[in-house]
Amino acid sequence: MNTVDARGLSCPQPVLDTLSAIAEQLAGSIEILVDTQASRENVCRAAQSKGWAVASDTEENDEYRIVITKD
Amino acid sequence: MKNFLATRSGIVIVGLVIGILAPLLQYMGNPGNMGICVACFERDIAGAIGMHRAGVVQYLRPEIIGFVLGAMVAAFMSRDFRPRVGSAPIVRFVLGVFAMIGALVFLGCPWRALLRLAGGDLNAVFGIVGLVAGVWIGTFFFRKGYSLGRATKAPATVGLIMPAIMLGALVLLLLFPQISGQPSNGVLFYSLKGPGAMHAPVFIALGVGLLVGIIAQRSRFCTMGAFRDVILFGQTHLLSGVAALLVAAVVVNLLLGQFHAGFAGQPVAHTQGVWNFMGMVLAGLCFALAGGCPGRQLFLSGEGDGDAAVFVLGMIVGAAFAHNFGLASSPKGIGPHGMAAVIIGLIVCLIIGFTMRKKA
Repeated sequence: MNTVDARGLSCPQPVLDTLSAIAEQLAGSIEILVDTQASRENVCRAAQSKGWAVASDTEENDEYRIVITKD
Repeated sequence: MKNFLATRSGIVIVGLVIGILAPLLQYMGNPGNMGICVACFERDIAGAIGMHRAGVVQYLRPEIIGFVLGAMVAAFMSRDFRPRVGSAPIVRFVLGVFAMIGALVFLGCPWRALLRLAGGDLNAVFGIVGLVAGVWIGTFFFRKGYSLGRATKAPATVGLIMPAIMLGALVLLLLFPQISGQPSNGVLFYSLKGPGAMHAPVFIALGVGLLVGIIAQRSRFCTMGAFRDVILFGQTHLLSGVAALLVAAVVVNLLLGQFHAGFAGQPVAHTQGVWNFMGMVLAGLCFALAGGCPGRQLFLSGEGDGDAAVFVLGMIVGAAFAHNFGLASSPKGIGPHGMAAVIIGLIVCLIIGFTMRKKA
């Protein structure tokens, strides 16, 4: 699974990095790591707008691990 | 827990609330089409503490204090307080300085550009087009891999510095309140005339600031991001909040008799279209490169972002430069060195845009 590590990056880079990962892969799963709620919301919103589903969204140590999937 | 204010309905409600409250602040005493202006108000704060001595723009604006403290409260309540710093703070400081200089050539931040338009000031059209142009240049750099690098987690102290500074400002404001007819009280300067002398009652302004700080922190309301996300991603989420603000402010201005369409004689505005445009190109580019409009930078600094706090300090220092060096405009037109400052600022931004790159 491809991983996008957007921890510590400020707006709009987490979304930019997520969208470029989506552009490289037509389907499957991508893991995205972020560390603010705003980035988490933005990444989920952007992925869903591209037809990807948020398969899991978990928090650990003030960091978020988002897995998006597309069939 | 679902964050309602971050939904489409949520951001629209936040825009409506700000669009209603800002003209009401004007009705209660704030300057014309300046119910809320982050740039103008930070400039007034710089004047209040004597960093510049432009007599007409000196007032320790409680709205700004409220923005930061409200955002901090919202962040703590929603477990969203994340102390962090280290994403090229010195670059952000310089971007803050030039953002303020650009905004003061136009005479307003993006918030005020919207409020000016909502009050019928058609000069604001040049500013808003300039803002979009500046943001568009910024998105060009983001597409090319521009990055200020990663921030890292930091001790809570880092995140609490800006709220503490604002708390200190509030203490000064309460210790040394305005005395009618006096140009100063204790360490604070006050304007006897001009926009700095016009303000809503202190506690109303502070209350509005706190409320806006709370809802803007939760919703991530951003007037620069609104245009950036459309240009960069085709996303209209944040733009819907900005549109709601504009519509609400027009309606409230019409109801209060504060809508006067035209170019000439608008409050705290000049009619030099090219420089209204160019000032906001510079400001918009700075906000884009720094990742947030001046309001958003205040809300971020309240939720622990030490880099956003440095940008805010850059804006306040930029205001001092703008008035001490004759860069800021006035209703008579641009300042003697405004043009030079905008051109220097644009060159600096282009250098930052081309040279700040992701590390491989």
